[in-house]
This record gives sequence, structure tokens and C-alpha cells, in this order.
Amino acid sequence: MTLPLFEAGGDPGPNFAALLRSSGLAPPMPDNPAPDTAITHATTVVAIRCRQGVVMAGDRRATAGHLISHRTIEKVFPADRHSGVAIAGAAGPAMEMVRLFQLQLEHYEKVEGKALSLDGKANQLGMMVRNNLPAAMQGFAVVPLFAGYDRSRNIGRLFQYDVTGGRYEEREYAVGGSGSLHAGTVIKLGYRSDADADEMIDLAVSALFRTAEEDSATGGPDLVRGIYPVVAVIGADGFQRVDDSDVESRFRDLLASLENQGGDPG
Amino acid sequence: MPFYVAPEQLMKDRADFARKGIARGRALTALSIGDGILICAENRSNTLRKVSEIYDRIAFAGVGRYNEFDQLRIAGVRHADLKGYTYSREDVDARSLANQYAQVLGQTFTHEMKPMEVEILVAEVAPEPHDDQMFHVLYDGTVNDEAGYTVLGGEADSIAERLGQTYDGNWGVGEAVTAAAAALAGEERTLEADDLEVAILVRDTGQRAFQRIEGDELAGLMD
Repeated sequence: MTLPLFEAGGDPGPNFAALLRSSGLAPPMPDNPAPDTAITHATTVVAIRCRQGVVMAGDRRATAGHLISHRTIEKVFPADRHSGVAIAGAAGPAMEMVRLFQLQLEHYEKVEGKALSLDGKANQLGMMVRNNLPAAMQGFAVVPLFAGYDRSRNIGRLFQYDVTGGRYEEREYAVGGSGSLHAGTVIKLGYRSDADADEMIDLAVSALFRTAEEDSATGGPDLVRGIYPVVAVIGADGFQRVDDSDVESRFRDLLASLENQGGDPG
Repeated sequence: MPFYVAPEQLMKDRADFARKGIARGRALTALSIGDGILICAENRSNTLRKVSEIYDRIAFAGVGRYNEFDQLRIAGVRHADLKGYTYSREDVDARSLANQYAQVLGQTFTHEMKPMEVEILVAEVAPEPHDDQMFHVLYDGTVNDEAGYTVLGGEADSIAERLGQTYDGNWGVGEAVTAAAAALAGEERTLEADDLEVAILVRDTGQRAFQRIEGDELAGLMD
């Protein structure tokens, strides 16, 4: 691998995607219709604003058609120190998008000596989703959620995207993926604007639990194998993943409280 | 009408030209200590950096002409990010990057109108201090693998001699910054926190070991 040097006119600047294109490493776009074989899909993710910033969570199930293809997939990732991204949709392109997005933010920060603003990061992700539109039309849609702590305003902010790259900032919560209808309803009922992260983690956990009951593509807590949703809090001190043991005890509390109530309406 | 110039003379003239350019700039030093690799540069600017991050465990430092070493810095970031993307993050290493720099500097030295008036350092921190790598690349593409500490820039020899008298691999960050500042300053002047650009590649962090030490934190360390 040689040192990538450019003439002043053809320099890609801090843009990693342009650098990939000029190095011939950009991934090709699919130009055939969607394959008959089912491709892996990642499902439900949620993001909720709280006093400290934003809580993000995602279940661990990936499906291919009607089959469960992975039990331990992760859908919530740090994008950089102060932001995170959660994905729903075709798992392969989504993972690649997250990887490129993480690299793009890091690359920009190193080349320019300064991190992108939160709006800049959100736009950047929107552009990546839009560039994926031809693939989305072939059945490889990727729909991310993006959340971060805005250090110039000292608040947590979150963004939702549609398949065309449309970017929508949400003030309270955002959901994505197959179980978004149910997860959104649970969060809507439990949301309080002045709640702190601890309560909103419980709300996210409960939303994923309820969703898993209604949506076959969303995985619930797996107490036998010890697999729990990925939960992260993004606040002033950055992206922090909540310990699995903490998530486990929250689930056990939730189950115990349901048992005490004498079950749950089916 | 072309004149004949002996190759020895041509190389010597080019080397003198590059050395003069480098000697006009201010020096920097890098030290391997218990907490990591500390890089301390004399630089009054807070925006035009001499020391920067390349990758998880790799830092870059340059002296001489700013635009020339900054171009090399950006090429290094691109090289590292592309390599990490193509293979994996752990496959990115300082040695191959230093060799790439040496190729470019050597090529420019012999083939271009003007050699680059820069000296650069590529440093990579390892889990154990004795595995730390510091590659010092000269304007003509010569690569030196340094151990312990190294100095780049004008008056490098006398600064290295001053530093060598006191250098201790077990220094803490505060002691190392103070000693580096004293060595860079010499006997006739003193350097304050505002005159320095300091960064450290921290040993034993998960990812992205590069951290700047600036402002009050730096002033506190130098007290």
C-alpha cells in the first residue's frame, strides 16, 4: 500500500468516502434485482432523550425471512466519543455503513484537527443513507438512528432518517425497525421530558421486552444464554455502554414486577 | 547551455539547502517513558500543529517547513485509515508508514527541483516500554530507529546531549515535560507552557492513545 499523495486540485480533503473512491476501494452498488434468498435483517432500535443526554438501545436478533439468523447481533454502536448510531434494515450494508461512518468521523477529526459538529455528523450520515438509495430500491434498505451529545449546546440530540436520506430531528424519542410501532407506543406512554437516564434505560428495556412479545423479528431477553439488548447512554462524558449485568437485573426486576401483578394481558 | 555538476556536489548542495531550512525552525523531542511516549515541541502557535495523531497507537511529529510536513501528515492519516479499513486496525503499524515516508522523501530529494525541508518522527506506543518504536526520517529519506528519546530540528545535537544527561525511562509525565522543556530551551532561556505543544501516546488505552496536554493541565505539570 503506497502513501496516498494528491495534486492540490484532486485532493479529497477530509472526506474518507472520496478517498476510498479515488483509491478504488469504494464498495460497488448492487445493480441486480433483490435476490430470492432472504438476506439478514436487523430489527428494533430505540433512542430516548433524557436529562443527561440520550439513551439508545437495540435488541440482539437478526432475521432472514422467517428464520432467526443471529441471536447476538449488535445494532447500537459508538460513532465517535460523543455520539452513537443504531441501525435497522439489511444487516450487511448497515454494518458497512456504520463502519464507514465511524471512520469518516475519525478521519475528519484527524485530518482537520477538530471534530465535526453534531449537525455535521448527522448530515454526513444522511448523505450516506441517501447514497444507499439505489441499493434500498433493490431491497437492501438501511435506516439508522443517530444520537449524540451536542457539546456546543450541552444537550443530547437525536435524529431519525428515512430510506431516502431524509433527516428528522426528534425532541423526545425515535424508534426504528420492524418493531418500531410497538416500541414507539410503549415509550410514548412512559416518556417524561424531565426523566433521567436511569428511568429511561428502564423504559427502553421495557419497550424492547413488550415489542419482542408482539413482533417475531425482535428478540427478547434470553435468560438461558445470557443475551440482553445493547443499551448505551450518551452524555457529557461520552458514549457509555450499560453493563450486561445491569441490563440483566433490570429485566429480572421487570419480570418480577409483572409476576407480582399476576401476569400481563396477552 | 547545460553545465556539468558533479553528483557529489549536487547531493551536497541539496542536503545543505534542506538542513538550512530545517535549522531555521524550532526543535521537538520525543521520549519513551513509563506512561507512554511523550512528544514535546517548541511551538507558539495553538493552531498550526507540529504533533498530531495518525492512528490508534501512532503519532506524527514534524519540524521544518509547515506546509510540507503537514502534507505528509495528512498522507499518513490517509494511508493508515485506508489500511485499517482494508485489513484491520491492528495491521496498521509505524514501521511501514515510516518506510512510506522514507520513499517519498528520498524520491523528492533526488528527483524534484527542491528537496523537502522537513524531518519527521513516526512514533508507536507498545504495551511495554522497551517495545516502543520511534522512527526518525530525515529530509533525504534516511530512517533512524531510535530508542529512549530523540530530537528533531535545529540544534538537535546539543538538545539531545542536554536531554541525555538526565533522561530516565521511569520519569512521570510531569518530570518528562519539565526535562524536555529545559533541554529544548538551553541554558540562556526558559520555555513556558505557552511556548510548548505537548502530546502523549498513552500506554494501555483501548483505542486512540493520542492525547494532547495543553492549557492549565500543562502549566500544572510544569510547576
